[in-house]
Amino acid sequence: MTTSTSAYLAHFRVWRGDEDGGGLEDFKVEVNEGEVVLDIVHRLQATQAPDLAVRWNCKAGKCGSCSAEINGRPRLMCMTRMSVFGRDETITITPLRAFPVVRDLVTDVSFNYAKAREVPSFVPPQGLGPGDYRMQQEDVGRSQEFRKCIECFLCQDTCHVVRDHEENKGAFAGPRFLMRVAELDMHPLDAAAEAGIDRKRTAQDDHGLGYCNITKCCTEVCPEGIKITDNALIPLKERAVDRKYDPLVWLGNKILRRKP
Amino acid sequence: MATGTQPRTDTGEPDGARGGVLSATRAAISARHLRTDRWWLAPAATAAGLLAFVVYSTWRAFANADYYAAPYVSPFYSPCLAENCETMKGGPNWEIFGSWWGLSPALLILIFPLGFRLTCYYYRKAYYRGFWASPPACAVAEPHGKYTGETRFPLILQNIHRYFFYAAIPVAGILTYDTVLAFRNSAYAWGHMGLGTLVFLANIVLIWAYTLSCHSCRHIVGGRLKHFSQHPVRYRLWGWVGWLNARHARLAWASLISVALADFYVYLLATGVFDDPRFF
Amino acid sequence: MSAVERHAWDVVVVGAGGAGLRAAIEAREQGLRTAVICKSLFGKAHTVMAEGGIAASMGNVNEGDNWQVHFRDTMRGGKFLNQWRMAELHAREAPDRVWELETWGALFDRTADGRISQRNFGGHEYPRLAHVGDRTGLELIRTLQQKMVSLQQEDQREFGDYEARLKVYQECTVTRVLKSDGLKSGGKVSGVFCYERESGRFFVIEAPAVVLATGGIGKSFKVTSNSWEYTGDGHALALLAGAPLINMEFVQFHPTGMVWPPSVKGILVTESVRGDGGVLRNSEGKRFMFDYIPDVFKEKYAQSEGEGDRWYEDPDHNRRPPELLPRDEVARAINSEVKAGRGSPHGGVFLDVSTRMPADVIKRRLPSMHHQFKELADVDITAEPMEVGPTCHYVMGGVDVDPDTAAARGVPGLFAAGEVAGGMHGSNRLGGNSLSDLLVFGRRAGLHAAEYAAALAAGMRPSPGEADIAAAEAEALRPFSAEGQAEGQGAEHSQGRPAENPYTLHQELQQTMNDLVGIIRREGEMTEALHRLSGLRVRARHAGVEGHRQFNPGWHLAIDLRNMLLVSECVARAALERTESRGGHTRDDHPHMDREWRRINLVCSLIDPTGGIAAADPERGQIRLERREVPPIRPDLLGLFEKEELVKYLTDEELTQ
Repeated sequence: MTTSTSAYLAHFRVWRGDEDGGGLEDFKVEVNEGEVVLDIVHRLQATQAPDLAVRWNCKAGKCGSCSAEINGRPRLMCMTRMSVFGRDETITITPLRAFPVVRDLVTDVSFNYAKAREVPSFVPPQGLGPGDYRMQQEDVGRSQEFRKCIECFLCQDTCHVVRDHEENKGAFAGPRFLMRVAELDMHPLDAAAEAGIDRKRTAQDDHGLGYCNITKCCTEVCPEGIKITDNALIPLKERAVDRKYDPLVWLGNKILRRKP
Repeated sequence: MATGTQPRTDTGEPDGARGGVLSATRAAISARHLRTDRWWLAPAATAAGLLAFVVYSTWRAFANADYYAAPYVSPFYSPCLAENCETMKGGPNWEIFGSWWGLSPALLILIFPLGFRLTCYYYRKAYYRGFWASPPACAVAEPHGKYTGETRFPLILQNIHRYFFYAAIPVAGILTYDTVLAFRNSAYAWGHMGLGTLVFLANIVLIWAYTLSCHSCRHIVGGRLKHFSQHPVRYRLWGWVGWLNARHARLAWASLISVALADFYVYLLATGVFDDPRFF
Repeated sequence: MSAVERHAWDVVVVGAGGAGLRAAIEAREQGLRTAVICKSLFGKAHTVMAEGGIAASMGNVNEGDNWQVHFRDTMRGGKFLNQWRMAELHAREAPDRVWELETWGALFDRTADGRISQRNFGGHEYPRLAHVGDRTGLELIRTLQQKMVSLQQEDQREFGDYEARLKVYQECTVTRVLKSDGLKSGGKVSGVFCYERESGRFFVIEAPAVVLATGGIGKSFKVTSNSWEYTGDGHALALLAGAPLINMEFVQFHPTGMVWPPSVKGILVTESVRGDGGVLRNSEGKRFMFDYIPDVFKEKYAQSEGEGDRWYEDPDHNRRPPELLPRDEVARAINSEVKAGRGSPHGGVFLDVSTRMPADVIKRRLPSMHHQFKELADVDITAEPMEVGPTCHYVMGGVDVDPDTAAARGVPGLFAAGEVAGGMHGSNRLGGNSLSDLLVFGRRAGLHAAEYAAALAAGMRPSPGEADIAAAEAEALRPFSAEGQAEGQGAEHSQGRPAENPYTLHQELQQTMNDLVGIIRREGEMTEALHRLSGLRVRARHAGVEGHRQFNPGWHLAIDLRNMLLVSECVARAALERTESRGGHTRDDHPHMDREWRRINLVCSLIDPTGGIAAADPERGQIRLERREVPPIRPDLLGLFEKEELVKYLTDEELTQ
């Protein structure tokens, strides 16, 4: 536990502005023991900048609202403790830089909601009523990891495929929603195949899995510690390979007439 | 309505050269990144390490010399598949390429481990970041105007990684055989051990660990299943491979260094810099 | 004023938490065009904070469980003040609501035979809570969110428009429920007045049926587990529309919130920590809860540490440890220990799992707690105890609704579900019963709102009047033109004073409620609270903000203050009136439960809905308080209890009936 320390004045630079422009503004603001960056932003609102726009909600790292970039790194403001910075360090806060800015620290994240709609939903198995579902813990474990996602969209923000290339936003679902495809493909009772949806193939054909070059920034920024790249994206790539690039698997399936 | 879940229609057009984080709709910040840590260190170190290996291995692969010092054969030249190989008693000499091959025999076999590592999910990350700066580090803008990732030729070929994995298994098997042969002395008598034996042992353990920790391997042994509960053995295997897989990056480096060291050790013996210290 | 944009829908749901989304899904599945309005982004609702699980008597872990046992536990937990019909419906329907989630893709933790695993929780006789680690609320929200998306995908296939029959207006706030004939009583709901938080633009949604699902009121208290959204919006909207609230004196203080560091004080530490074996100790190392088992629970709880410990392994032959008493009991006990000087360094008590479970088990079963303490307090809960103390968590009181239809009394077309509805939990809610409440009554509210809207013939739909819309707009814009106290009272010495800072007012309100109407209450303090509230109310009329309407948090807070002040007054007035201690209402000056009071609901309504808040005399307040007799419990339900237990709660007169 940190030993008790007195309050001090910190130097903050916060981006203020809107879609027409803006810039970094300097603030001197008090910091107390045990505080996080979001506390400081709230103090700015209450004392110096009452109209400073910021999204936040639970303040406990569970809702994924207060995403921003702190000293250039995508992070949740509520989970970034002030103690990780030096006392004379200047702390720069900007909105997420992959999405259109609305005002101050608030960005338009509707890209993510549009992508969410493009992933075909869970398909309930025919003939199993509510209460009849039986699944083993080891079979749900993988998808459960992905369902820890709090949709803070930090992975979507940091992914260079769309961060650095606006034009890829149409074709690329982003790590969060490719992970959603993986989650559904690994769901033990998802009946998409019976409904004619091939999630492995569409991951590449419809959701842009091929754009991912597995440079792992999504995993690096995930506040939930989900191994997005290793457990979702790469397995999904391997599943796409099963479908599209592996004649052995194709042949085996033909001969044994089995559904993978 | 802007606050709906429907994206705005007036966004999404790239802005020529000032694309990405400098696009008109994004927060107006002229810096390409605002990171204050030494973000460049990791990609620079990666690039330097990989480059060093490439230089060393190119020299050694084309050298066509000093790769055998009984009982040790350099992993770069094993198996040796051409007639121009040095004779290694009981060693991996299989002259399937006959006499027409005039270049270094290392080139014949190195294609496989090279392809395995080149298409490896970890090395891809390493060289995309280190050499191609795509991206150089997280939230640092990449210098390219256009990006298509692994969607088209040639990078779409990365999808054949699993074939190189299949090929890597016999190669690792042969290196294991070489390690067994290393329990001889220079007169080919069994039951002896030297420092080189230890070097080979360490190398082969790391080679196997790296090979088996491969993401394709993880997929093949169990990852592709939908119901682990119906395949308890494969589930357990998947768990073990997963444990190794979490260390894939470290194993990639460790085995890269160990294979170079094993080769270098043979080189030192073959050039007579020193004699292999024998234990028994 | 310029004409405000109007949108027409069949059903409008205010709030996108568990209850709101469940209601919207139901209304849409009934074929009605449904809109959801929420203050945050879609999927960020406060429901994600729920950790422990969803209570439903599926009997997967202990076959002895059934709806009757669940009903009994719920009534006991609420000290028999629960609206019994709601408690009955809740206990009966909860399993179906959980199973239904699985068909929408939810992935609960499993039992060995592949069914939904269930865990122990305070006040529940059997392991009953369906859960996913300690992030059950997130799973619930995500499942409902994804079900919404799947319905939208259906509409996309059918109509080429995702939002043809189901639309989420995210980051919008409703400031008024509009009615057919202004604010006079008897009018029918005609829609809602809203603004976009992003742009500050006003708009009206015309709809004959409005479902309130706005959650609670915790942001009126200083130490709270609730997020900024919990400003009592739905409670206030109902009051302003002429619908009464009940049971507002019952506010649940969760026994275990974080107490350190100061900036996270109040953030929840899930009850599963105790359900899975965590124990409470004071600074002397004593498991003090054994000293705090009340008489009504004496037979149900272990009397020794040994028995309590054995219960985790063998629940059939041992009684549960007192750490798993209902929340009100545990919160009071912690409060007493701290007051007696046996607290932890930061003013809480110790909650320890580190000596009770191996580190890897803790990490697997309580992953987000492990994460939360590691990240926020730098405490490794696998190695050291947590420091915890009570935090304002939930309001049992809310809109007075019809138990079967969730319709608000007195306002046709208005419905309420979830935390904003009152009655279901009586004087104290059991852990795990809130998520099931959201699903059971969210569905019912959506269903009956849809039926109500469908029954109105096309031409019969009430339409919001221009005058009402203009009034709502003026009310919302007032903070921009606010000046010091210039109009009337105190004018001579306040002329030209700057406008009040809404943040300051909010902080004073939170301090007042926390100190004077908090976990332990006294008559004098509550009178003082009412006095301070009246002062704040006057100052709030002069709350002013800078800047413009685009995403202006100061303005949003100034608007929300009206709601917080209304509900705070309800809480204080009702708490002052109820001269007994029961569940979430503890009176220092009336420490005992009184069977006569069990028959009484306190009903809050707005004194003068027509004149809005301007007409209310600040000293008298805005709230009228009335006593109302609770309906008698149906005999077959009473028959589920032993006579000896009932005499503790019911009057002799009731028992002989």
